[in-house]
Amino acid sequence: MSDVSNRLTVVGERQLTPMQRKLISVLTHVALLAVSVLMLYPLLWLLAASFRPENEIFTSASIWPSSWSIDSYIRGWNGLRTSFGTFYINSFIISGLSVLGNVMACSMAAYAFARLDFKFKNFWFAMMLMTLMLPYQVTLIPQYVLFRQLGWVNTFLPLVVPKFLAADGFFIFLMVQFFRGLPKELDEAAQMDGCSPWRIYWKIIIPLSMPVLATAAIFTFIWTWDDFFGPLIYLSEMKTYTVMLGLRTFTDSTGESDYGGLFAMSVLSIVPIFLFFLFFQRLLIEGIATTGMKR
Amino acid sequence: MTARSLESGAPARERAASPSLWSRIWQNHAPGYLFLLPWLIGFFGLTIGPIVTSFYLSFTDFDLLTSPDWVGANNYVRMFTADPKFWASMRVTVIFVIFSVPLKLAFALAVALLLNRGMRGLPLYRALFYLPSLLGASVAIAILWRQIFARDGLVNDFLSVFGIAGPSWISNPQYSLWTIIILAVWQFGSPMIIFLAGLRQIPQDMYEAASLDGAGKWRQFIKITLPLLTPVVFFNAIIQTIEAFKSFTPAFIISGGTGNPINSTLFYTLYLYQEAFGFFRMGYASALAWVLLALVGMFTAFSFLTSKYWVHYDE
Repeated sequence: MSDVSNRLTVVGERQLTPMQRKLISVLTHVALLAVSVLMLYPLLWLLAASFRPENEIFTSASIWPSSWSIDSYIRGWNGLRTSFGTFYINSFIISGLSVLGNVMACSMAAYAFARLDFKFKNFWFAMMLMTLMLPYQVTLIPQYVLFRQLGWVNTFLPLVVPKFLAADGFFIFLMVQFFRGLPKELDEAAQMDGCSPWRIYWKIIIPLSMPVLATAAIFTFIWTWDDFFGPLIYLSEMKTYTVMLGLRTFTDSTGESDYGGLFAMSVLSIVPIFLFFLFFQRLLIEGIATTGMKR
Repeated sequence: MTARSLESGAPARERAASPSLWSRIWQNHAPGYLFLLPWLIGFFGLTIGPIVTSFYLSFTDFDLLTSPDWVGANNYVRMFTADPKFWASMRVTVIFVIFSVPLKLAFALAVALLLNRGMRGLPLYRALFYLPSLLGASVAIAILWRQIFARDGLVNDFLSVFGIAGPSWISNPQYSLWTIIILAVWQFGSPMIIFLAGLRQIPQDMYEAASLDGAGKWRQFIKITLPLLTPVVFFNAIIQTIEAFKSFTPAFIISGGTGNPINSTLFYTLYLYQEAFGFFRMGYASALAWVLLALVGMFTAFSFLTSKYWVHYDE
């Protein structure tokens, strides 16, 4: 076995002509392109289907409509009792507040863990890491009971308030990793000059941490925007629905008859995520790579 | 560090200036706790409190309207001895985890290896492969999936080119779960990025040395790449497995919230949701949640315990 592979290398490594090298490179590109096309085809098909006239949607697997029409979008937008405009506003409010809460609360906690000394710090940090592993189902029912008693059902509060309490440990972890990488001399110099921890946090750490704060903000926005389970259990009045809940209701009520409208609204629902992807993919990819590596 | 050395440098002044130990404790520890305060409130109010409550509720009958009735271990007994839906959902979830996680990781690793050959256009490919990961959790994609695998969907359109009349994959209990597994594998982008970052960390000279010693590509992969990558494999496996256990939205949307056909897509989380918010059996649902926690906990503990035998930590 090893003999064979040895011989293969000799051929593979040393005696490659430029021609063969080129060929291997081209073949790799072909393979990667094939995988890309296969993966993205469904998305492109969805996009095309949303612009097809209703009677053509299922007659073609092509990703280029023979004629373009925005009828589906118009029908879909007002396909339910409440228009998708309301769902959009709701989703933006929830996601926006979540971003604010997460960035504030998580950066504060991360600053404490990364830069301040206090008793039981390691214990709390370990607890925070434990919450990362915890399936949310375990806290789900008591949380629901609690929020129900507070009268928060059918409001955005159960979806937003936990973010202001840094409930998502992942972002604390992300920020701790980043803060630890900032030169400690900065804090020490500021401390010598009599800066309070609050001023150090606000004037030094935060301004230097824009990349990680932006990463956290974008991920929070996307995850909150995408969230289906939270809105599903806490929001039952249609005027409070998020886009994702609206879509689901669409599949229940009119979806069976109006596929065009359903596809159009599906496309619209992922447009904000796609825009973030388009403009900030570097940040997103780096965010994943760094947290992944350092756990 | 600095605070402490300052203290020891001027003990006399400190003692004279500060009226008590308390103000020193306050100065040293209060800022940390103040910054941690939001998290602490959340930790106790939204995590520890609910965990304890949930454990208590799992031993009760609780319909949300009247106060919980203590029933001892009844919920657990019923679950394991008299609830076929529990076993059905357990089976679906375990199959999902066992197939979707390794397939996803294998795919992620394979593509990462292809991309790691110093290809031109790497950022573009990486972004394209990552896109499904980012969109995949969305309701819209689950709706799309339901369409792709329908009788008149995209997959059957392609099969018909080869003269094959495919079934409705979604409504056939033999295949329905597999459509969701494929959806999970489709989202291999984020573990792929983590693999890529891991591959970058492997020193290039190791390969050069190996290749001088006459080790072929395959041997290099087995002897260098794979061992050095095991920490990343381990990390990805844990994260993806926990995510897979928690998966909810695709099954909910694709089956219309039912878990059908004949419970073939009744994910554990979906069953828990039905019990809690469909039938308001909050006690039973809490017991289900605790069994899930035990399952995830056992898996994680097992992984960490066995990791020393196969995860290569280079110090």
